[in-house]
Amino acid sequence: MKVMALTGNEAVAEAMRQINPDVVAAYPITPQTELMHRFTEFVADGLVDTEMVLVESEHSALSATVGASAAGARAMTATSSQGLALMWEILYIAAGLRLPIVMPVVNRALSAPINIHGDHSDTMGARDSGWIQIFSENAQEAYDNTIIAVRIAEHPDILLPVMVTMDGFIISHTMERVEVLDDDVVKNFIGEYNPKYKLLDVKNPVTMGPLDLQDYYFEHKRAQAEAMENAYKLIKEIDEEYYKISGRRYSYVEPYEIDDADIILISLGSTAGTIKDVVDELRLKGLKVGGLKIRVYRPFPRDEIKEFLSNASVVGVMDRAIAFGSPCGPVCLDVKASLQGTSLSNLPIVNYIYGLGGRDITPKDIIKIFNELEKVRISGEVPNLPRYVGVRGEENYIEQKAKLKIKN
Amino acid sequence: MIEIRWHGRGGQGAKTAAMLFAETAIEEGKFAQGFPEYGPERMGAPVKGFTRIDDKPIRIHSGIENPRVVVVLDQTLLETIDVTEGMPEDGILIINTEKSPEQIRKQFGIKKGKIYTVNATKIALDTIGRPIPNTVMLGALIKVTGVLDLDTLLKNIVKKFSKKFSDKVVEGNVQAIKKAFEEVKGE
Repeated sequence: MKVMALTGNEAVAEAMRQINPDVVAAYPITPQTELMHRFTEFVADGLVDTEMVLVESEHSALSATVGASAAGARAMTATSSQGLALMWEILYIAAGLRLPIVMPVVNRALSAPINIHGDHSDTMGARDSGWIQIFSENAQEAYDNTIIAVRIAEHPDILLPVMVTMDGFIISHTMERVEVLDDDVVKNFIGEYNPKYKLLDVKNPVTMGPLDLQDYYFEHKRAQAEAMENAYKLIKEIDEEYYKISGRRYSYVEPYEIDDADIILISLGSTAGTIKDVVDELRLKGLKVGGLKIRVYRPFPRDEIKEFLSNASVVGVMDRAIAFGSPCGPVCLDVKASLQGTSLSNLPIVNYIYGLGGRDITPKDIIKIFNELEKVRISGEVPNLPRYVGVRGEENYIEQKAKLKIKN
Repeated sequence: MIEIRWHGRGGQGAKTAAMLFAETAIEEGKFAQGFPEYGPERMGAPVKGFTRIDDKPIRIHSGIENPRVVVVLDQTLLETIDVTEGMPEDGILIINTEKSPEQIRKQFGIKKGKIYTVNATKIALDTIGRPIPNTVMLGALIKVTGVLDLDTLLKNIVKKFSKKFSDKVVEGNVQAIKKAFEEVKGE
């Protein structure tokens, strides 16, 4: 193990160097560009055996990765924002063909208006595409998750592509202390990739992705859903193995000061770290607050959510994306759906939409959220619609709704 | 935890300095973050960089609003922006200028903090041969705050710069840092 000063992008490039994929295809997009810069340096310096394919778009990047993976190679790519959007068609193909591709996604807002900074709009749109999604709080987690993702993707009972995300700029461009494992340790952990079916195995010819109509399409999709369920069961075993080589224990969710907490704030990514600091500060003042970070977002950790919210009086859910026209943000929808029909059906839940286009979320903002949740706990009056945090003109919208007699 | 904000103009290396200082802290076994403010950077436009250093893991990932230390790479910035914004009353302001702290306080009506000055541009010209003040200011910062060790910084600079620059440039940077360490003046 060695300690390195790395940005999130550099940390993931370092993980990719150690993974040493057979094929990497990529197209540059801010804030992912630096990640592939670093990785292509490794290729140029002969530090990896990777066949690097520089393509003309993200649609092609993922297509080339799909082709390589189907051929039997360990294949990776990485992207952000518009790049992920352009991959859309191929996202479903990678998942439907059950190809264990690992793709770091550096979260960035979607156009329009154009914005290069971090929010979760890009990956949230892909949340139901059949990819496993793992969110990273910091550069260390981005590194660790990338290595773990290889094992998850390639597990014979899973065989699904995995997105490993980190917040654009906030993590991707921030230099932090990262513990990097020895190359051999990573090599042994991920092992050789020996796919059961590969297009280049000419002695055992297979076809992939042929026409599949009313007769069998549904069975294949059903099997894909089951693979996601398998992932939900098996990720913890792989995390446990990773703990043994790294000393860092990861789980589907990470509770913080939750045991006696009345108020719990749920979040993804880098914000979870800021929330931990605020929890410590508020606990010194006697407020019983806690944080719950969702690390594995797909498959959604429904049982852990139920378990860790079971003693809460009120819950806040932070969404760094808008699900336009939906009753609340994507994470909040999942949390509410997980609790529906359980003894926690009536648990007050308030949705907070924040940080779009990289708008900073400060400890002050989070303190305000906790204070508002404390008021909800006392009054029992639960806002129905999402609260928008740190945005200009919010008061005017609330006033307008009051005039129209729309609740909240 | 110590939070530092770097002010410079595009091309002066505010980002590099912020990252380099974080990197040095990490080399020393501390925890740190170094990050720039990304916007439409252009050569000469005001830019900012940020550094956090602590003895324990840093979990916060917000921007830095109340930096205890502010480093200004270009004194002309004092005319256009309030570099002390958010800085606490007892904050530290380190400015690259040929003027004394007293002159700067009077000229710009700075009310708070303790001011330190060093003529980093001249030092850079004398030692490196180019008017790039960023690494020079690292020497002043270390002297004033004592947050990192001078030898570790110099070792890190040599390691990092040797890959990119000639021995002459590396040695110039080392001399520049040492000089700033000696010459920085407080009120």
